Amino acid sequence: MRSRALLWLALCLLPALAVAQAIQPLPFRNRAEEVRFQKLSAELRCPMCQNETLADSNAPIAHDLRRQVFEMIQAGKSDEEIKAFLVARYSQFVLYKPPVEPSTWLLWFGPAVLLVAGGIVVAIQVRRRARQAPASAPANDTEDDW
Amino acid sequence: MSRLLPLFAFLVLVGLFGFGIWWNTRHDQHEIVSPLIDKPAPAFALPVLGEPSRTVDKASLLGKPYFLNVFASWCIECVHEHPILMTEMKQLGLPLVGFNYKDDPQAATAWLADHGNPFDVIVADRDGRTGIDFGVYAAPETFLVDAKGVIRYKRIGPITPEVLDTEIRPAVAALAKEAP
Repeated sequence: MRSRALLWLALCLLPALAVAQAIQPLPFRNRAEEVRFQKLSAELRCPMCQNETLADSNAPIAHDLRRQVFEMIQAGKSDEEIKAFLVARYSQFVLYKPPVEPSTWLLWFGPAVLLVAGGIVVAIQVRRRARQAPASAPANDTEDDW
Repeated sequence: MSRLLPLFAFLVLVGLFGFGIWWNTRHDQHEIVSPLIDKPAPAFALPVLGEPSRTVDKASLLGKPYFLNVFASWCIECVHEHPILMTEMKQLGLPLVGFNYKDDPQAATAWLADHGNPFDVIVADRDGRTGIDFGVYAAPETFLVDAKGVIRYKRIGPITPEVLDTEIRPAVAALAKEAP
């Protein structure tokens, strides 16, 4: 009975072990630097694992790129420089927040444009119906007219 | 007209989803188009596998187009790709430079002894730093670098007979056309 409990405990701790391996302690100089590193690696996407951030991913390339980011921070590079470095090698795919530029306009403004277009269509329909409503007899409302 | 509007909206959505399906059947979603294509290959200087005292750098490979094939003994797909490197790729007449990526030199040497060595020279990138400069994120990957050191083509994933015929042969032919 007791050994089974121990086994369960060991099994429960396994995921914790995996996490402990994924996040290797990096020798940060201070808390601010660590916060900056965490923020930056959460904004960058692991090239291999598609939808994981560099911070989350356990892939070898994510580990290497985390080290690269860390070293560039240590070397005094700005966030922009670090992002530019990675984009030059892995394309904008690595950015979770792509820059606003002609090739990403659709991505940034598409939803808003669709929303506005839909709103205009609805407004036109409502207005037209409001104009037609007094003219048509109230008995007509069984007609399926949209 | 306004009665037809929902139908138009529906057809636009059908078109969009249809395009999505069409696109996905033709593209590997795991493939990131390299921003390095048509740009100079990054400068590198790496030790030769098995001869750590000898280094090969980018400059020493200039003058003739070559393939740079990223491989490792831990890479499963590399085993599947390997036969085509040994045969068709070698027959293309361009040097095959092996890029041993994040590998143990002994494991890599043993792997080559087991499977055969298709490479003219092999450089070892043990810590993967040069790999980052090349935008490598997995193995196998294959670059075609021209005589001026410009990356002209990149294959992510194993070279298959289909990729060889539809992508690699045309890329090599395009290079041959340029050279006098």
